[in-house]
Amino acid sequence: MSSRRDILDLLGENARYTTEDLAHMTDFTESEVEEVVAELEDAGVITGYQAVINWDALETDAERVRATVELNVALDRETNYGDIADRIAKFPEVTSLRLVSGDYDFDLTVEGDSMREVSHFISDKVAPIPEITQTVTHYIMESYKEQGTEFDDHDDDDRLSVSP
Amino acid sequence: MTLEPADRVDAVPPSGIRRFFELAEEMDDIISLGVGEPDFSAPWAAREAAITSLERGQTSYTANKGKRELRTRISRFEDAARDLRYDPDEEILVTAGASEGLDLAFRALLNSGDKLAVAQPCYVSYVPGATFAGVDVVDVPTRAEDEFKLTREVLEASGAAEADALVYCYPNNPTGATMTGDELREVAAFCREHDLVVFSDEIYADLTYEHEHISIATLPGMRERTVVFNGFSKAFAMTGFRLGYAMGPEEAITAMNRVHQYTMLSAPTTAQHAAIEALDNCQADVREMTAQYDRRRNYVLSRFEDMGLSCFPASGAFYAFPECPWDDADEFAEAFLQEQKVAVVPGSAFGAGGDGHLRISYATGLDELKTAMNRLESFIS
Ligand SMILES: Cc1ncc(COP(=O)(O)O)c(C=O)c1O
Repeated sequence: MSSRRDILDLLGENARYTTEDLAHMTDFTESEVEEVVAELEDAGVITGYQAVINWDALETDAERVRATVELNVALDRETNYGDIADRIAKFPEVTSLRLVSGDYDFDLTVEGDSMREVSHFISDKVAPIPEITQTVTHYIMESYKEQGTEFDDHDDDDRLSVSP
Repeated sequence: MTLEPADRVDAVPPSGIRRFFELAEEMDDIISLGVGEPDFSAPWAAREAAITSLERGQTSYTANKGKRELRTRISRFEDAARDLRYDPDEEILVTAGASEGLDLAFRALLNSGDKLAVAQPCYVSYVPGATFAGVDVVDVPTRAEDEFKLTREVLEASGAAEADALVYCYPNNPTGATMTGDELREVAAFCREHDLVVFSDEIYADLTYEHEHISIATLPGMRERTVVFNGFSKAFAMTGFRLGYAMGPEEAITAMNRVHQYTMLSAPTTAQHAAIEALDNCQADVREMTAQYDRRRNYVLSRFEDMGLSCFPASGAFYAFPECPWDDADEFAEAFLQEQKVAVVPGSAFGAGGDGHLRISYATGLDELKTAMNRLESFIS
């Protein structure tokens, strides 16, 4: 029996599967697939559909600069992690924000069109937030794998075209 | 004396698959649904274990029966997965693929002139293997109306009662058929009544989608007359490593090992290191690949239904076996390849009972599968 979980696994693997594809791969009919997807969207389980992009492979001069930023914060009676996260996450430059265990508190990823733009964003918008005590910025130099997709996958299909 | 093939070899025609391979090789950009191996690469952890073993210089022969660490893991794994209990020291032999294991069994356990009943359609090596061993083959064609399961009826009708041994494979290549416990009990009863030993090729045992795989060796009175064959090629996607194993009573394994120790010495060492890692740490990879096959299976079966192609619900391995819409499946497969650039293999390449069907391998990414199904639909409409 297919479940909502199967639909999530499938869309997680390829968000461009059509309703028809999903129906063929599961026990659901097309209208059941539509219903399940709508429910998952309404419940905030599915929050978006995005392509996995290897910007480096795009042969133009337009740069896409990304950085991960380690953030340390100091909490007080009135402010918790959620409050700080809300303030940071609202910026469109921020592409992900996670609270993590270990030496620092938040792990932030930022995107911009130039290094200048990203640095300014960190120094002008993030660092001045009163609870933030320290930022350490790491510019991404090369990306090898994103969202489970390897960019330069050498696993070519070298099988014989017809075999027993 | 000239270097002519021996009569035993001359008696075996080239495989029917070969012709389609040659046709397909001449064409560019084909989509192949004719491949009998996984489209996945071996799990990375297993590949890395192989690399590490090479770095450490572990490049010698192993014990004839295979590394003991591997045999103990196979023993534990088969017990946990399928209730198959075999002693790693006396009852398990690690081979260069299930293929070698089957060849050893035919040569070490049958006399020339013995009769081997071969359930068909089946993997292409059983009949040639028997012929090379000087063993006579009794064809046992299974039937489309039984969904290609082996039944007492087809065994009786084919004269298998007179045979000394029976070889079959479930989950099946090329049909994707599987057998339930009750269905196997019928076969087991027949083999006990007529005193047949059984060579059970269970290479696809982990790839079942409707019910758990059951081994005939777990049924009453069968362990002592059965040799089970399995390996890392299919579930672990390790075909090129060439590693399999045979499990059976001590006398059988000892006899097979006698041939193995002189002809092979030991199965590939690097592959044995990879296999140890595969059994220890790659079960999640197997589950993920199995889930992918299951989706593709649903996809092709559902597309067949929509395009009016009759096909029983294949429940194992990575094959579906629809009826061919033309009378001549060979002609169909050839025309389909020429006109639509999609390779499939006609059922007749897999022996008796396969006529009029097509083997569709869904060990292919979903995008290609989708394109292939669209082409099939337009070709037959
Ligand atoms: C039914 C069956 N048995 C055995 C084999 C061979 O397996 P191995 O790679 O372990 O020799 C195959 C491979 O296609 C197969 O389909």
